[in-house]
Amino acid sequence: MPVITFISHSGEATEVHVESGVNLMQAATENGVSGILGDCGGACSCATCHCYIDEAWQDKTGEPDSVEKDMLDCVLEPADNSRLSCQIMVTDELDGLVVRLPESQF
Amino acid sequence: MSTEHCVIIGGSHAAAQLAASLRQEGWEGQISLVGADPMAPYHRPPLSKGALNGDKSDSDLLIRPAEFYEKNNVDLVLGSRVTKIDRDAKKVILHDGAEIPYTKLALTTGARVRKIPIPGSDKDGVCYLRDLRDAHQIRKYIGAGKSAVVIGGGYIGLEAAASMRKMGMNVTVLEALPRVLARVTSPEISAFYTRIHNEEGTEIITDASIEAIEGENCVTGVKLADGKTLPADIVLIGVGVVPETELAEEAGLEIDNGIVVDEFARTSDHDIVAAGDCTNHYNPIYDRRLRLESVQNANDQAKIAAKALCGKLEAYRALPWFWSDQYDLKLQIAGFSQGFDKVVLRGDHTTGRSFAAFYYAGDKLLAVDAINRPKEFMMAKRFLAEGKTADPARVVDESADLKDLFVD
Repeated sequence: MPVITFISHSGEATEVHVESGVNLMQAATENGVSGILGDCGGACSCATCHCYIDEAWQDKTGEPDSVEKDMLDCVLEPADNSRLSCQIMVTDELDGLVVRLPESQF
Repeated sequence: MSTEHCVIIGGSHAAAQLAASLRQEGWEGQISLVGADPMAPYHRPPLSKGALNGDKSDSDLLIRPAEFYEKNNVDLVLGSRVTKIDRDAKKVILHDGAEIPYTKLALTTGARVRKIPIPGSDKDGVCYLRDLRDAHQIRKYIGAGKSAVVIGGGYIGLEAAASMRKMGMNVTVLEALPRVLARVTSPEISAFYTRIHNEEGTEIITDASIEAIEGENCVTGVKLADGKTLPADIVLIGVGVVPETELAEEAGLEIDNGIVVDEFARTSDHDIVAAGDCTNHYNPIYDRRLRLESVQNANDQAKIAAKALCGKLEAYRALPWFWSDQYDLKLQIAGFSQGFDKVVLRGDHTTGRSFAAFYYAGDKLLAVDAINRPKEFMMAKRFLAEGKTADPARVVDESADLKDLFVD
């Protein structure tokens, strides 16, 4: 089971064990990680699951599609490594992934 | 150990959020979530989409897994209906006579489908869509090559029509009013959705008057007042919802198109809060009372209600937002457009599949409907909440940078 670490804006780290096949937003909300809201349930419609993917992992998490890119363009604190966590599927390859969360969802 | 006990009545988005928020806000007492649905709270928007065509399994829909409730010490009392709230004795009574005492009560009773009296609506194959059981029922009658008649051109009807059309069904949508989505959007958006559904091969009949649903035991068709009969293997009725207020009303709480709550989500009895579709609440951004049917309101108001129960009074001040997925169209709505007197379009709604409609009352921007325009949605959502407006002359100019559109 891949282990994912979410780090809140204040620096608090939460390690969660996640089954492959769920998305990162679900992994966070199901384990009570605050800082990921996921209001639309993963429909890429609300951008309340914005996160930053550590650079070392960007190859493995893939590229955002055009809708996600447009949404990310307009989030409160965009960065080159911004993603919507509902659009990243957890695979065994992502074991050890570190995900940082923005202040706006703190 | 705290002797407090919060009982949450209703088992959907607002209930799940309220239970989670209570723990986040430090509620140490017992929490019981009583839901008529046999399943733990689940996402409802997919019911007209992924759950209809089978892309999503039942467990995919859960808002939180069962372990979440265990870990947070939330008792799920599922498949149970509350029949009475006894405010004097501070207890709720269930359908089987069982009683649960409370110190605080949360009403997240939601809404139920509006039923319409059409002759023949008791036949097999006539369905409504509100919960998972309805979706399961609908699945029995749908499939490639079959025919569907959808009664009601609102969001649920149009989303279900799109899902069934994508499965290879013959779909007709009947709308009693002169245009689809008439209650919630502008003529431009209605015309756009009519065009898209037509392009995808779905017929939309407006000003439709239905005489009867035909068939022996099972539905075979829908007869219109003009004499025409549309063949149907399934008739899906989606003509809106009514708030579930009976329990609250019988308990003597104030009702006015929903359960009346104050800015802290408290009912006229301050030991009882309410959140979600069932409430009538004040929205300071629009300076009016609203009753919303949306996931956003369920979540955001539930957080305010949970805070109130924990003694932290924070006024509810959220911008309504909403979304609808049909075919390859992502509609995202920021704000609340009712009461608009002017619509300004950014992009062309008569060709293509991407534009945004800006709604105004005078100079005040009320809302933006963005179709395959996530940037417009995101910016509008942020700036409407800050009370900003947008200059119509710049809105129509697609070369104007979105970030410069919004002004005080």
